[in-house]
Amino acid sequence: MKNLTFSEKLGRFTVSWIFLMLVWIAFTSTFASQELIVGVFTTMVIALLSVRLFTCCTISIFNPVKVFWMIWYLIIFLKALVESNFDVARRVLTPSLPINPGIVKFKTKLQTHYSKMVLANSITLTPGTLTVDVVGDTFYIHWIDVKTTDPEKAFTDIAGQFENILLKIF
Amino acid sequence: MSILEIIGGILILIGSAFLFLGALGIFRMPDVYNRLQAGTKATTLGGMSLVLGVGFLEPSWMLKSLIIIIFIAYSNPISSHALARAMYRRGHYPLIKDKDKEKMDAYREVVPHKTKEEEKS
Repeated sequence: MKNLTFSEKLGRFTVSWIFLMLVWIAFTSTFASQELIVGVFTTMVIALLSVRLFTCCTISIFNPVKVFWMIWYLIIFLKALVESNFDVARRVLTPSLPINPGIVKFKTKLQTHYSKMVLANSITLTPGTLTVDVVGDTFYIHWIDVKTTDPEKAFTDIAGQFENILLKIF
Repeated sequence: MSILEIIGGILILIGSAFLFLGALGIFRMPDVYNRLQAGTKATTLGGMSLVLGVGFLEPSWMLKSLIIIIFIAYSNPISSHALARAMYRRGHYPLIKDKDKEKMDAYREVVPHKTKEEEKS
């Protein structure tokens, strides 16, 4: 774990405090003042303790341009999730079981651990692909219906649309 | 029957239909990786839709069900990835129908191993 400067720590702490507070409000489902006061202190302690471990980003994540790309990412991701479910349904219900499985690899341009995790999770939930491992910047993907084993083409087929947006966010 | 109850009921029905398809996929697929594929996708959307339907039926739980949906979307792919990686390292290699087995299994360069045919010869 790299050493963080004080301003980075402060930014990360603020971001995780805000998100934890939102989760607290969602769980208690109330704006009663006792609940909010307890919530502010509890989430502050958790954010202080976990600032080195869990938090991904500094305060720049609230930049409107980034928020726009995050919402766009969510829309594309949900579309891919629904598509992948119909893909699974089609394969399962076809009597001949049309699969041609294999493991392909490709390289990503993403740098931070957090963005790689988001990309890997998104790939797992898109049609016909499952992330087996991430070694450095190489992704190993189990593909239920292998169309190409060439890393470049596999990259554009599987991850191209997601990575373009993630590069704008992180 | 209010409109919220109808929406909630439809969402729960869709969710259980996808969960059933996921279970059928786990039953029909030939090896562990394909089973994980069917299982992960269907349970993610199925579970999300089911929990959202519960939120519509009981509107005061809506925010809690949204939090649960976020947790499902985060944890489901991570668990299936961990299972797939552990299975490969434990020695359960994927079924490959294609003739060119070397090329179709790129992960061999990380975990070197011999296929059953190579061990026989």
